Amino acid sequence: MAKKQLVETTINGEPTEFLCEPRQSLLESLRDILGLTGSKEGCLTGDCGACTVLVDGRPVCSCLMLGMEASGKNITTVEGLAEGTQLHPLQQKFLEDASLQCGICTPGFLMSAKSLLDRNSKPTEAEIRYALAGNLCRCTGYDKIVRAVQDAAKVLQSR
Amino acid sequence: MDTPQTQQFKIIGTRPVRHDGLDKVIGRAKYGADYAFPGMLYGKVLRSTLAHARIKSINAEKALRLPGVKAVVTHADFAPQTTAPVYRMGGEAAINPLYLACNILSKDKVLFVGHGVAAVAATSPHIAEEALALIEVEYEPLPMVLDLLEAMKPGAPILNPDVRRKSAPDEQTNIAGEFQFKRGDIEAGFKAADIIVEREFRTEMVHQGYIEPPNALGIFPGDGHATVYTSTQGPFDVRIMSATLLGLPEGSVKVIPAEIGGGFGAKLTVHIEPIALLLSKASGGRPVKMVMTRTEMMRGATGPTSGSILKVKMGAMKEGKIVAAKAWFAYEAGAFPGSPVWLGCFTGLSPYNIENFLVDGYDVLINKPKTTSYRAPGATNAAFAVECVVDELAQRCGMDPLDLRIKNASREGTASVMGPKFPRIGFVEVCEAIKNSDHYRTPLAQVPGKYRGRGVATGFWINGGMQSSAIVNVHADGTASLVTGSVDIGGSRASTAMVVAEVLGLRAEDVRPAVADTDSIGYTDGTGGSRVAFATGLAAYQAAHDVVRQLKERAAKIWEITAEDVDWTDGKAISRKNGVAPLSLKELAPRLTRTGGPVTGRANVYATGVGPSFAGCLVDVEIDPETAKVQVLRCTVVQDVGKAIHPSYVEGQMQGGTVQGLGWALNEEYVYDEKGTLRNASFLDYRMPTCLDLPMIDPVIVEVANPGHPLGVRGVGEVSIVPPPAAVANAVSMAVGTRITDLPVSPPRLFKVLSAKRG
Repeated sequence: MAKKQLVETTINGEPTEFLCEPRQSLLESLRDILGLTGSKEGCLTGDCGACTVLVDGRPVCSCLMLGMEASGKNITTVEGLAEGTQLHPLQQKFLEDASLQCGICTPGFLMSAKSLLDRNSKPTEAEIRYALAGNLCRCTGYDKIVRAVQDAAKVLQSR
Repeated sequence: MDTPQTQQFKIIGTRPVRHDGLDKVIGRAKYGADYAFPGMLYGKVLRSTLAHARIKSINAEKALRLPGVKAVVTHADFAPQTTAPVYRMGGEAAINPLYLACNILSKDKVLFVGHGVAAVAATSPHIAEEALALIEVEYEPLPMVLDLLEAMKPGAPILNPDVRRKSAPDEQTNIAGEFQFKRGDIEAGFKAADIIVEREFRTEMVHQGYIEPPNALGIFPGDGHATVYTSTQGPFDVRIMSATLLGLPEGSVKVIPAEIGGGFGAKLTVHIEPIALLLSKASGGRPVKMVMTRTEMMRGATGPTSGSILKVKMGAMKEGKIVAAKAWFAYEAGAFPGSPVWLGCFTGLSPYNIENFLVDGYDVLINKPKTTSYRAPGATNAAFAVECVVDELAQRCGMDPLDLRIKNASREGTASVMGPKFPRIGFVEVCEAIKNSDHYRTPLAQVPGKYRGRGVATGFWINGGMQSSAIVNVHADGTASLVTGSVDIGGSRASTAMVVAEVLGLRAEDVRPAVADTDSIGYTDGTGGSRVAFATGLAAYQAAHDVVRQLKERAAKIWEITAEDVDWTDGKAISRKNGVAPLSLKELAPRLTRTGGPVTGRANVYATGVGPSFAGCLVDVEIDPETAKVQVLRCTVVQDVGKAIHPSYVEGQMQGGTVQGLGWALNEEYVYDEKGTLRNASFLDYRMPTCLDLPMIDPVIVEVANPGHPLGVRGVGEVSIVPPPAAVANAVSMAVGTRITDLPVSPPRLFKVLSAKRG
């Protein structure tokens, strides 16, 4: 077992240091080392998107990235999506539109959707579905998730 | 008194934000895998690489020498088990403890690739994985059987030498169960029929596909008390099963249900909970956390639902009256008995009032994982076959497929296949709602170069009642809390809290719902069988009325009259006597201290009066002739829910079940190689629907009140999965002009159909 390494990174705007084994994924580092359990494990193969975080603004499956690769990056997890007690419009619309049932996929969907809306403030339904195609939900049939993203886009446009 | 049909509601039928929602959008909700304790170890299971083999020896010496490894356990560490049944669900379901233990960790034979053999606890999950590779298992390979029909034949490799058919008690067999339902004279029925349709269908094993891997965190210091944190649908099921396998009294195990990331029936049993407890005991009581990998759960012991062979023959008169039906259903049980074939036998023909029928069902052992429940277990397979044949009958009669269904529909008083007569049901209303939908009234436009088709199908599910407990506490600020034992898998905290709010005259957000552990709430059956809104909702309703009874007494005390002279109307205590101003709960709550102390309402129910559910699915598809890919263009789901407490979450259940059914129809299947290894044991290769594969799913809620529930509620969770596979098959059949009989209608299968047509 290789020795633990010091990783200096920024997580949800906070400069953060942690020690991790070279073989530990970013997901494992977030959950087991830093206690940020909002990012979920669904498959560990990058197929379900439940562990999606933003790395320098881009959506990444944190199960496919090593913790050490976070060095010098800017990581945003679902815990960093709201501004204090002010929910992001995506979070608010997911609640109002009943877009979650069990909720395990929700953090990943929120992060992928944020990445989309950051890039494209007026996405079409097809663009939303394309952007979220890497996130699996087994409860909702996606209908209410797509609607929440549409509704959140409208809120952001009106700002 | 208002009947369920005429009640007016203030809270029920509205769409408040769910109470547990905030935690779930900010990442604070704690699922099973999110728990951690100081000194915690991580457990992993070594799984068989052979489909059928005798275990000659297991040697864990090298694994135990690896630094960080604290314990290795095998089947021998369970308390000795027998096949004597242990009852659960109020006696309605039985566990075979020996089979349960053998399924989790094999005793002397492995019966499928992925069967648990031994388990390790270590200081990190990586070390535990390394240790698995160091455990030496010596196998003696045995002949295996992977095909359902082959498994049924005499002379097939035998999985369990003790299994016998009643009709042949001296012969070993893989047929572990036989079921038959019949009525009338089917030979006379078919003789009288003008039109007969007979088809054979085949479906493959499919997985529930919940996104959260099964998990368990066990703490068992060996003082006789065990604690489990787990994402389960049935905390009390985990309690009895874990206690049985560990040889403990039921009350010595405390199960703390975490938030659950989907289950769809699969998390009503134990997968790894007892192993986590064994490992904890073997490592001196240290907490042991286990989380399954995706490959493990698909290939291994969490249980998909059955693949099946389904033969259906139906006869009708020219004007569309169905006069005879014969069905033969064989379901894969997997490695241990217990497929849901009897539920397929019961549900498949029950939507129709048929005088003459014969249904035979077979539960068949095969060297694949033991199947477990999946949303309306058994019903989808059977309905796929029956609803395709009904569609063809309608075509042959020259009738609209919904008119044919309405003509033959089961109604109040019709005897179901099992015999008991239906109470008020909404099957006709469901069929009519599909007919009246914008979707059905809008003709499907054809486009050049593509095949398009429209299909409709319906489905039936019995729904469950059983036992639930609820406690309502009144707080001094005039709010209340609701404590139940029902794990919330899709919004049931919100719906049960809304029931309490309705009775007490509060806002939905003023009733805080909580799910308690097995020590802190009365016995409650699992979150399954579409039973929570119905049965736990009933317990919540009665507990709220228990609060009302006590509040009336307190108001009477304040007014110095008797409780009989106090009414509770619109959330207020009203005096019949002296014209004093009414007192709401908000006004009474601060006065509880001086009028006798806290008020807690309580109810324990065994809910009867279950209202069966019917659903329909209407789907338009487009097929690319080059790739044979089926695209769903439009989809409408109609369901009789009795009464929708929170319509958004009711729609969510309808949409979600429909999409699971579409996945089953279009792409999902277990693909085995000749050695019995599942080849597509990942979400990349086991192709569930993504966002991009689907259109919006239009829900139409039908409310035919259930007379067996004070609010008219039926179950809502399951039935929507039943119709889509048949609806898709009917749509594709229409589009390509060839009857589709095998699921899934995936590009490789459909390509063969299209190629055969082209010659």
